[in-house]
Amino acid sequence: MNIHEYQAKAVLKSFGAPVAEGVPVLSLDDVQKAVDTLPGPLWVVKSQIHAGGRGKGKFVEAEAGEKGGVRLAFSKEEVLEHAKAMLGHHLVTAQTSAEGKQVNRLYIEDGADIDRELYLSLLVDRATGRPAFVASTEGGMDIEEVAHETPEKILTLPIDPTTGVTDADAAKLCDALKLEGDARTDGMKLFPILYKAFTEKDMSMLEINPLIVMENGHLRVLDAKVSFDGNALFRHPDIVELRDTTEEDEKEIEASEWDLAYIALDGTIGCMVNGAGLAMATMDIIKLYGEEPANFCDVGGGANKEKVAAAFKIIMKDPNVKGILVNIFGGIMKCDVIAEGVIAAVKETNLAVPLVVRLEGTNVEMGKKIIAESGLNVIPADDLDDAAQKIVNAVKGA
Amino acid sequence: MSILIDKNTKVIVQGLTGNTGSFHTNQALEYYGTKMVAGTHPKKAGQKWVADNGTELPIFATAGEAAEATGANASVIYVPPAGAAAAIEEAIDAEIPLIVCITEGVPVLDMVRVKAKLEKSKSRLIGPNCPGLLTPEECKIGIMPGKIFQKGSVGVVSRSGTLTYEAVYQTSQAGLGQTSAVGIGGDPVKGTEFIDVLEMYLADEETKSIIMIGEIGGTAEEEAAQFLIDEAKKGRKKPMVGFIAGRTAPKGRTMGHAGAIVSGGQGDAESKIAAMEEAGIRVSPSPARLGTTMVEVLKG
Repeated sequence: MNIHEYQAKAVLKSFGAPVAEGVPVLSLDDVQKAVDTLPGPLWVVKSQIHAGGRGKGKFVEAEAGEKGGVRLAFSKEEVLEHAKAMLGHHLVTAQTSAEGKQVNRLYIEDGADIDRELYLSLLVDRATGRPAFVASTEGGMDIEEVAHETPEKILTLPIDPTTGVTDADAAKLCDALKLEGDARTDGMKLFPILYKAFTEKDMSMLEINPLIVMENGHLRVLDAKVSFDGNALFRHPDIVELRDTTEEDEKEIEASEWDLAYIALDGTIGCMVNGAGLAMATMDIIKLYGEEPANFCDVGGGANKEKVAAAFKIIMKDPNVKGILVNIFGGIMKCDVIAEGVIAAVKETNLAVPLVVRLEGTNVEMGKKIIAESGLNVIPADDLDDAAQKIVNAVKGA
Repeated sequence: MSILIDKNTKVIVQGLTGNTGSFHTNQALEYYGTKMVAGTHPKKAGQKWVADNGTELPIFATAGEAAEATGANASVIYVPPAGAAAAIEEAIDAEIPLIVCITEGVPVLDMVRVKAKLEKSKSRLIGPNCPGLLTPEECKIGIMPGKIFQKGSVGVVSRSGTLTYEAVYQTSQAGLGQTSAVGIGGDPVKGTEFIDVLEMYLADEETKSIIMIGEIGGTAEEEAAQFLIDEAKKGRKKPMVGFIAGRTAPKGRTMGHAGAIVSGGQGDAESKIAAMEEAGIRVSPSPARLGTTMVEVLKG
């Protein structure tokens, strides 16, 4: 689960990390009050959307002006002007679609005089199975680019979970970031704080880009991006409160309510599959035969008739869907249950696009019989290859 | 021969009395009489669990007591996500040699803690978020459908449950059969990696060829490819077919499995396929042609 920058900073601040004073605003009416609580003389007005690259982004609407999604203001009037230009408009960044994302929230922050910009993040390093810091002196840039062009400028430091961040670890990070004087003292304190926040709140990623050394020599978290392990949310009701569903795809929200793994894509063939690996492979084979998948959908191992029907209806909500492929290899999942769910959903939605069903595994004969005897226009398939070819041909012929 | 489990493996079930545990324990007992010997439940010690075929299994309070009383050398875990890590730790403390965790949705930082404990232990963990493992006609631990297996010569290892079934089904259809199949699971932090299982298949005389199924996310496939290149230099090499799921997956999205995500410039399908091909693995572009590709590879 992702949260906004201002929420991430509030979480980090509660652990004692140095962040600037700032106020989130949801409407223009709140802007004046927000500005008055900040000392100035420099303010930063930041678009709050769940996508990176906001500073270099561009608004779709002409009245939003040429500037990006993060703007400096040198007077209170200027803060208001920026807020007017940005709120409600659509920001396009390297990480959004071409339509962009509507900016419904702004974060107005106290400005800082920047001496140096650094990169710092925490994630779970899969190779060692440990949380690891990633640190680089090349802050404010795309870290993937830095990793590609100058990998020697990046330090990856796994932390032993039984000891946490040791002084030796913190010193290594200070060295990698070339921190001296006050900044070094700040760093020695900051790294254990971030590790504590990461592990106590079950974060899956904590990225500070940039972490800055200010002209006064101290460190400050200038931007923060945090996401949480969805599997651990059950023990963090305070974090669940921070979810902003307006940032998510409507179909994906509905799918999550049914405990379905669903991701909307751009293609024309809707997929319903059991198992994440097989669901990805089904997308791949559709592409192999020359079409594009409209979605990823894993109904999981223990789906019942109602869940299958719900998945089917969510897939059908996508207007780009020109055909559907159901691909089930039943291990735990029984094919007759799938067949009944599919039949029920086809009847309920008055399905008007071609449907190919491939069933294999537990109770496969019963499942095939239910489909054959339904009298509905369902194209049966014998294996995955056959199924993919049939749905691609059906969509191309349509 | 087979790897990890055979007809002598004795299995206890942590989470036997739940729906999932009961269903799959019945299935395991029906599969060539897999030796399921006991279950655990903190509050039901002393009770008995009765299988559909009449088999009675004693329930113990802990994995340690169950293992001691029955001589079990494996445990399978069907405990819900919030308690799964504690169940694994209990089995590690009981020094059970093989622990298989089927549970999906275990918090990743719980697994970080488990992995640190595992490294100092005598146990091997398979999973979590995995279908388990199976040796045809001998032993089934986990949720794989027994019917699609056939005793034979292919070793199967996979990060995905249902794609394991595809590989097994297709090699059975092709008449090759399997020595064993191991689902290592779809989580980013797990007990057993490709390299561990590949090492066992290379060492097993009856395994004549290997199918390895990976997916996007992480670098385990690249590390496995390097391992195979190094082993080949020592003269250890077997014919291999591979597949990588997720060529069409969008960047930055978690594709169902917690570990299936392309991020930070790592984990995309193309780099994995390139690494595997460099290690001499024939990577099938289609998940439907794993069996036929293996037949072609074996013909030479």
